[in-house]
Amino acid sequence: MFFMRLIVNGELFETSKSETLLDLLEELRIGPERVAVEINITIVKKAAYSTFRLKEDDRVEIVNFVGGG
Amino acid sequence: MNDTLIIKGIEFKSRLWVGTGKYKDFDETKKAIEASGADVVTVAVRRVNIIDRKSENLLDYIDPKKYKILPNTAGCYNVEDALRYSRLAREAGISDLIKLEVIGDEKTLFPDTIGLLKATEILAKEGFIVLPYSNDDPIMAKRLEDAGAAAVMPLGAPIGSGLGIRNPYNIKIILETVKLPVIVDAGVGTASDATIAMELGCDAVLINTGIAGAKDPIAMAEAMKHAVIAGRLACKAGRIPRKLYATASSPFDGML
Repeated sequence: MFFMRLIVNGELFETSKSETLLDLLEELRIGPERVAVEINITIVKKAAYSTFRLKEDDRVEIVNFVGGG
Repeated sequence: MNDTLIIKGIEFKSRLWVGTGKYKDFDETKKAIEASGADVVTVAVRRVNIIDRKSENLLDYIDPKKYKILPNTAGCYNVEDALRYSRLAREAGISDLIKLEVIGDEKTLFPDTIGLLKATEILAKEGFIVLPYSNDDPIMAKRLEDAGAAAVMPLGAPIGSGLGIRNPYNIKIILETVKLPVIVDAGVGTASDATIAMELGCDAVLINTGIAGAKDPIAMAEAMKHAVIAGRLACKAGRIPRKLYATASSPFDGML
């Protein structure tokens, strides 16, 4: 059975269904349009989300805009 | 009278720019921004809350089609982080605009100008429209211009301090030193501070705490709108010279 451990936004995240970055965003119920994603400190372009294959221990950072000055 | 501020081909309809931090909730944020008449709003880049996915998104309230979104690099204390946040902001957003902050000290939040200059140079080469938050130093403003900044954003006073324009003479010298738009960022505490910045000849004023921290943020947003318009008009109209003694306004002719 598929199983993978990731670090997502600093927290341990275990998934049994997300093979690609787009899968992960769907699993987390995050719309891809308003976020940016880094995997192991490298930005992944939006167009590549569906083809980007995650691997064990990847460090994923998902950011968006919040209130700020 | 066409008095549009243009930076790198982008037209800014308002000369009041507003932040979106420190509001009670998104509804208040939205109402205050509407009252301010601003068409550019700053935002910060932070991790998505992956635990509580019900939490709302700022952009559900601030329509990016209606407002220009200006992401900042607030909280970055070195060049590397500022570059990282800038690149993420560009990927998350829709433009190359970045309000670049490289902070030097937690207590004052004054810029680390050496880091700021380095980051400005790198990001400008990467095609960013870099708006660096700087101190009120004319020499640094010139260096930032040479490094490829699209505008300079000298502070009026420390971020969130509400102390107003502490060194109007330096702001004046910056205006004479650089050809770039000059946008006062930080320190505006009340409407008259914003007017002073505009009367000096600044191209715009960016306010967050001065509005969000007021007792009635929506009313203050409206006050700031008028203050910026008044200051701009007064600057263009040309004030009278200051004189020590009186000059009568009413004629002597026809007196009894």
